[in-house]
Amino acid sequence: MKFKGYLRPNGKIGTRNYLAIIPTSVCSATVAFNIASQIPQAVALPNQHGCCQIGADHEQTVKTLIGLGKNPNVAAALIVGLGCEGVPIQKVAEEIASTGKAVKTVIIQDCGGTLKATAQGIQLASKMAREISLIETQEFHINELCLGIECGGSDFTSGLASNPAVGVASDLLIESGGTSILSETTEFIGAEHILAKRAKDPELGQKILDLVKNCENRAKMMNVDIRGGQPTPGNIRGGISSIEEKSLGCIYKAGSSSIQGVLQYGETPKEKGLYVMDTPGQDVESITGMVAGGATIIIFTTGRGTPTGSPLVPVIKITANSETYNNMADNIDINASSIISGEKTISQVGQEIFEEVIAVANGKLTKAESLGHNEFGIYKIAPTF
Amino acid sequence: MQKQAIVINIKDNVATTVTNLSKGSPVNFLINQDVKTIILNDDLPIGHKFAIKDINPGENIIKYGESIGRAITLIKKGDHVHIHNIVSNRGRGDLNS
Repeated sequence: MKFKGYLRPNGKIGTRNYLAIIPTSVCSATVAFNIASQIPQAVALPNQHGCCQIGADHEQTVKTLIGLGKNPNVAAALIVGLGCEGVPIQKVAEEIASTGKAVKTVIIQDCGGTLKATAQGIQLASKMAREISLIETQEFHINELCLGIECGGSDFTSGLASNPAVGVASDLLIESGGTSILSETTEFIGAEHILAKRAKDPELGQKILDLVKNCENRAKMMNVDIRGGQPTPGNIRGGISSIEEKSLGCIYKAGSSSIQGVLQYGETPKEKGLYVMDTPGQDVESITGMVAGGATIIIFTTGRGTPTGSPLVPVIKITANSETYNNMADNIDINASSIISGEKTISQVGQEIFEEVIAVANGKLTKAESLGHNEFGIYKIAPTF
Repeated sequence: MQKQAIVINIKDNVATTVTNLSKGSPVNFLINQDVKTIILNDDLPIGHKFAIKDINPGENIIKYGESIGRAITLIKKGDHVHIHNIVSNRGRGDLNS
């Protein structure tokens, strides 16, 4: 099976062809946004971080920004810095440029303020937009796709229907030689032993167990019952009573394929296959991490309904709750409630989801894309100083 | 038979409703291919759980064939099972001594 994708100089294949305007800190985010507003095919990343961070937290933000620029859906990048921030502007630009794509830089303090930086940014971005418009799609095997899998606003339909159906779609992609990433470590708590058994070897299984134990310990260090934040109030109203119950329903998204590796937040898988990425349960930060790791398309199941999209990748929204589908039809692409009613099987809907993934990879806009939803967030692992 | 509730795994001691149900009404659900009926002791909103067996305090609530927490009171067959009568076994920083 094939899809029409964009070939990048490093051999990776994108499903979209963006000019990414990347602010290295929150201080340059408005200028980045204004530049992107002027230029078709440009999208600014709403980065809220990038300064006064230390240690592993600083490293994570830097790596994530680089990973986002390297994502195969990015054809070219304009890095916008203030000039004094913690994130090293030139390093970010050079790392992204190492993939062979065009990268330019604008520094507000060097230019002399907002207006001059914005003018220079628009001049550079406009030229890059014309250059990337020449990139045509070509046919590639679907094994070049990297699927990020997410769930948000879960309710009882998630574990019963939408997640298992997504698992079927993920398995179909893995069987074709592609890559899937399962995320949201918090939502393995209570189900991690099941995931660990699917690891390719016992050592990897232990890594999965350790990942979850560390996450749980971080929560316990707060000296409160995690049931203040996870499950969320909406999950609880929807019938989910504990993090274990939520997790047991969540892991169905990963289908039945064997797990090849555990990725750090924003890390790119080295081989094809199914991976687990260490991300929080917070949807936007989780998706941002998977995109930084190279996901070129996201499937997102929801019970309660959510409009979340992402600046660089299409997000396909699925619900098996018919009330939610009718209530938020603006935002949801696939109605899987036929599984709950018994009209269709999980397998049938899974096949439909797989076909939608291919259609979206070929250029079909998701509802989130068509409404301009660009939710973005870099996962912080320590306070700002 | 209109599906009213689902039991996911044969080891489960709870069922999950797929429609709103009232206290006192009989609920039909399948365990494997057998139809079971229980009278509900509470109103059950859609997507919530009710006990299909008596569950003692401290006993695990089983859904998907796995523990999803434990009972903090005696739960009778037909009772609503949710955050008012079960607690999680995980992430319990409130139990730090």
